[in-house]
Amino acid sequence: MEQLIKDFLPYVYAYRSRFFQSCEATLQMFLIAGSISFVLGLIFGVLLTITKEGGIRPNRLFYHAVSIVINALRAIPFVILLIFLIPLTRALLSTAIGVKGAIVPLVFGTVPFFTRQVEAALANVHPGKLEAARSMGSGTLGLIFRVYLHEAVPDLIRVTTITAISLIGLTTMAGAVGAGGIGSFAINYGQNQQHQDIVNVCVAVLLVFVCVLQAIGSFLAAKTTNRKLFGRGQGRGGHDA
Amino acid sequence: MIEIKQFNKTFHLKSGDVTALDDVNLTIRDGEIYGVIGYSGAGKSTLVRCINLLEVPDSGELSVSGKETVVIRGGKLFLRAGGVEKRASERWLNGMRRGIGMIFQQFNLLDRSTVFDNVAYPLRFGGMKREDIRRRVMELLELVDLTDKADVYPSQLSGGQKQRVAIARALANHPAILLSDEATSALDPDATESILTLLKELNKKLGLTIVLITHEMAVIKAVCDRVAVMEEGRVVEEGEVYDVFAQPRERITRKFVSSASPLSKLEQMIAEDSPLLRTAPGARLVRLQFRRDSVGASLISEVSRTFGVDINIILANVEEIQGTPLGGLIAVVEGDSAAVDQALAYLAQHHVSTEVIDHGTAH
Repeated sequence: MEQLIKDFLPYVYAYRSRFFQSCEATLQMFLIAGSISFVLGLIFGVLLTITKEGGIRPNRLFYHAVSIVINALRAIPFVILLIFLIPLTRALLSTAIGVKGAIVPLVFGTVPFFTRQVEAALANVHPGKLEAARSMGSGTLGLIFRVYLHEAVPDLIRVTTITAISLIGLTTMAGAVGAGGIGSFAINYGQNQQHQDIVNVCVAVLLVFVCVLQAIGSFLAAKTTNRKLFGRGQGRGGHDA
Repeated sequence: MIEIKQFNKTFHLKSGDVTALDDVNLTIRDGEIYGVIGYSGAGKSTLVRCINLLEVPDSGELSVSGKETVVIRGGKLFLRAGGVEKRASERWLNGMRRGIGMIFQQFNLLDRSTVFDNVAYPLRFGGMKREDIRRRVMELLELVDLTDKADVYPSQLSGGQKQRVAIARALANHPAILLSDEATSALDPDATESILTLLKELNKKLGLTIVLITHEMAVIKAVCDRVAVMEEGRVVEEGEVYDVFAQPRERITRKFVSSASPLSKLEQMIAEDSPLLRTAPGARLVRLQFRRDSVGASLISEVSRTFGVDINIILANVEEIQGTPLGGLIAVVEGDSAAVDQALAYLAQHHVSTEVIDHGTAH
């Protein structure tokens, strides 16, 4: 087996410890930036939903202010955002390189996208359900947690999957400007040194990663449609979203 | 008792202002089923939403028995107690809503919760013990006859069953009032009947006051004690259901009443110039209405014998409204002109309302 790898992927084998480090760095960036973005995006998505005109806590000023910032951040290409945010990253984390340095731009690149996705997912919750909950005396928190977030779980899983996959793309781009990870490994060791096998393996690893994410996401979304995950009901699920 | 005083509500839409409520005054008694009927856009939905303040009127006064009087000015809520007014808090509002149940046309159940969890929704996070919640939910499911569906998700239920779950959920906190917003409009006739029967049952058993919004007069006829007819944000007619059916005053009320009556076929027959309606010279096509004090008497044969006129019945219908029969008859009365007049006068004396639709003209 080892001989086989040596024969077909000579440079991957030669730089294998670098390769594993890169995979680890990518995973770290993905998990840390992903968790932070998930929480922030969820919060902003909920805030936008409830402060929207006709929402349960309308607030024009807040809604428009957040909207403008999000639109502006989404308008900046990520590669530009990376260098644009270097001073801020330095100020916050006292470094702008490595995995640590990549977190800030990754969060800035992901949160606006995810916020809009969450907003869209929550917009699918039928207003009648909110009205019924209000008629039963639910306050703002009750409406958010027991109706909006509860009913939107399958959609939230779907948009989280989409965002997670796009976040993988962003981590490789961050790699290009000094964050490390699979992206920089493919560029520095593969492309720059003309080791095509390294590029190929990087593509394969990313492909597998994306496929696994998509499979998990689709499975969970189907499982949670019209029933609780691993709940006690006998719901067939999946047909009446 | 629910007392609504001078409710006004205007929606400011981009397409212009829409008056949803225009000086609406209503008193709904404890334990009655009160119907509100109107076409869509008449303001009836806004009106019920103003009772639990899901919608806040621009101005008006609302008192629900056992609760402080709510005074609404400029779309803001004030509570009046002992001559002092203070702003109603969000907390008060949520508590007030918990005391009024509501059901909807689209059921509005949580799709990702089982029947059990849907019914338990209003009970949770209120300091109630798990075991007590369980007991209360099963009690409610028994009330609506769905105990076997506790662990099922709404997507597996029929429309009628979904509405039963919604009713159980609405009653969870022992409300004295149930608001029903077109609760049967999305249901087939069988399910409609079973839901209406259930509402009537709950009204009797629990002494529940029900305010029921509908656009179908048949629903009003089936369950309501009193009815208000709404048009363009105003209550144009109000009264006991029997009286409104027996003697509708407004044009729109007549339309609703005739929509629920088999006798409305007459209009179609007139339009089609049906040969059944062709009267001989001197004969008259009349509409007779027998009310509670005349429906049992054998007046037709009596009149026929006494005045020597022939009565040919074209359409007839007797129905029971609030347990009291109401009869309607379309007939051709033939005979000597004076005798026919006398016969009709005799009927009128005996509490039969008579209306001559057509004097016998040769067609």
